[in-house]
Amino acid sequence: MKKKLAVLLAGSMVVASLVGCGGSEAPAEEAAAPAATEEAPEAEEPAAEEPAAEEPAAEEEAPEAEAPAASGELITVGIINNDPNESGYRTANDKDLKATFTEENGYSASFAYSNKNDEQIAAAQKFIQDGVDYLLLSAADTAGWDSVLTDAQDAGIDVILFDRVIDADESLYAASIVSDMDKEGETAVNWLRDQGLSEYNIIHLQGVMGTAAQQGRSGALDAAVESDGWKLVTQQTAEWNAEKAQQIVQSVIDSGESFNVIYAENDDMAKGAVAALDKANISHGVGKDVIVMGFDCNKWALEELLAQNWNYDGQCNPFQSSYIDDVIKTLQSGGTPAEKTIIMDEKGFDATTITQEDVDNYGI
Amino acid sequence: MGKSETAKANNSNFLMKLVKNQCFIPLAALLLLAVINLLADPGFFKITLGYNAAGNPVLSGFLITILDSGSELAILAIGMTLVTAASGGQDISVGAAIAIAGSVILRVLCGTNSRPETLQAPIIVAFLVSCVVAMLFGAFNGVLVAYFKIQPMIATLILYTAGRSIAAWINNNELPVISEPKFTYFGEFIPGIPVPTPVFIALACMIIIGVVLKVTNLRLYTQAVGINQSSSRLNGLNPALIKVLAFVILGLCVAVVGLIKVSRISTINYSVIAKDIEMDAILAVALGGNALSGGKFNMAASIIGAYVIQFLTTTLYKFQVQSDALPAYKAVVVIVLVVVSAPTVREYFSSLTKKMKLSKEVA
Repeated sequence: MKKKLAVLLAGSMVVASLVGCGGSEAPAEEAAAPAATEEAPEAEEPAAEEPAAEEPAAEEEAPEAEAPAASGELITVGIINNDPNESGYRTANDKDLKATFTEENGYSASFAYSNKNDEQIAAAQKFIQDGVDYLLLSAADTAGWDSVLTDAQDAGIDVILFDRVIDADESLYAASIVSDMDKEGETAVNWLRDQGLSEYNIIHLQGVMGTAAQQGRSGALDAAVESDGWKLVTQQTAEWNAEKAQQIVQSVIDSGESFNVIYAENDDMAKGAVAALDKANISHGVGKDVIVMGFDCNKWALEELLAQNWNYDGQCNPFQSSYIDDVIKTLQSGGTPAEKTIIMDEKGFDATTITQEDVDNYGI
Repeated sequence: MGKSETAKANNSNFLMKLVKNQCFIPLAALLLLAVINLLADPGFFKITLGYNAAGNPVLSGFLITILDSGSELAILAIGMTLVTAASGGQDISVGAAIAIAGSVILRVLCGTNSRPETLQAPIIVAFLVSCVVAMLFGAFNGVLVAYFKIQPMIATLILYTAGRSIAAWINNNELPVISEPKFTYFGEFIPGIPVPTPVFIALACMIIIGVVLKVTNLRLYTQAVGINQSSSRLNGLNPALIKVLAFVILGLCVAVVGLIKVSRISTINYSVIAKDIEMDAILAVALGGNALSGGKFNMAASIIGAYVIQFLTTTLYKFQVQSDALPAYKAVVVIVLVVVSAPTVREYFSSLTKKMKLSKEVA
């Protein structure tokens, strides 16, 4: 009896875990199902209009843009992304892509997710075999893409990189749409400099060491520390993790050192830091003892800004899909994008000027 | 003359016993860390009573931080010790399981709205649901290990890979934020009590497991299964059931840790919550001098091992070790501790001391 029960239990758990996996993978498979042949006459509209509003290169060729759309064919895109559960940023990024590359907009999109380079490369090879029109790629790792991208080129598939850059020859991809992490850091550091504090004693909470976001955001602050004589009370990695950030800030508080700025490289770590401040009754926010800075513009973080509990939040724009859409429209019309590397607009929000509208529009 | 010699012998006997005690190594490590900190900065041991932003009295200081932050690891070490002893392997899915447990708590509390003004269910209900879920996942691991005879590390690898996705899926990939102040009581402070709540929760877990090991046959059965499965079966035990039980108890520990973790920040981040905590938990068991191949275990030593790890982490934060070098420092300390506490090394040393004694007697 007991054995039977255990087997039953095992069976139900296996099912449960399969359902669990399925939950995250299902969209990819659904999307991969051959919807490519379906007709979508609406596709005509955006395809015809959008390029006209675009770069001059696109404008010239605009009449031709109607050709693929008019025939009713959907543009097939294979999208290789990182795991949407990786972070709030990635979730927003994935949602944005799914919202843009729909049949209504003239696309038939297949998605593949992995945080591992080799799995991503395998997915790319599959997409090339399937003969997609465009390959959109957010690479897990910068290296190892040359051969598969050459294959894509040989098959006449245009590759568009988004979010992440790779170590490959520029000729292997049509465009790359990225965030400029260095600029994000500089915007934040310039804002901090503009605060005109009499002294800067900074707790610097870094992300996972070696990531592009960490390097860009740390680099700007390091440079300012050097040039402006700011003091780093501590500089440690909390690995994007709120609890680790809390422990690091707690340890500074315990040691009795004074500080007036928390520069956290993402919102989670800023939140952890604030928890430690609250515990020690150190006031933070606009006009208070400690300035709190975060990155990524999570909705809840922008709400903290709105409540003036934090001072600054730097955006890391996850909404690349409209840029990608523009590039594809340009390429479809036979043009080439004006720039190979397109850097997205990214804002920095100040608690004294942020509005509810900003929270709704830019919160992820 | 004769009396003093027996006293000496007794004395060295006592010392030998102390050194042989499994708790000796982790305790010595703890003491060593404390001495280093004392020499570097006596302020390390200062505890002050202050008030937090809400105006409640709170104790603060490095020691409080260690006790507070070490709670989760200590609780996990309890379950991990049992799993290690019974199955001779480790569960590497606890971090992912904590994400699931935390996610379930938030899901029950929030209902379908990820920013509820009021809680949709009492906290205790949410916690009990997450206990059931975590125990089921524990049972899943346990059944794979006990009935399908899969290597524990491989069996738990399934949940290790899938767990965080499942956790995200439970909340539809949203990040619920809870604004109810009562929810923070479990990870921070209960108003009026200056000691962090996780310390009490950890203490309660230790007392419960202590009592359970004392009044039930759990220790005996677990060790019997871990030492020799077939002979324990011949003696009328059901080894598979006891292994599953160990994993279910670990599941319960996971649910408790999940509650503390999400309560600390009132939200969750599926990809980083309790990241790599499984390695620290396994390390705590190893630091406690327990054989990772199963069999006999010493629960107290594992728990002390957990606090040693936290003591080390806090010390490194305090000394502001360069962030990229931090794991390396930790690794060096850990290697030394694990090697010293490894059963083979201990045996070697005890045989060495015996030899020395013998040669002395001969001389």
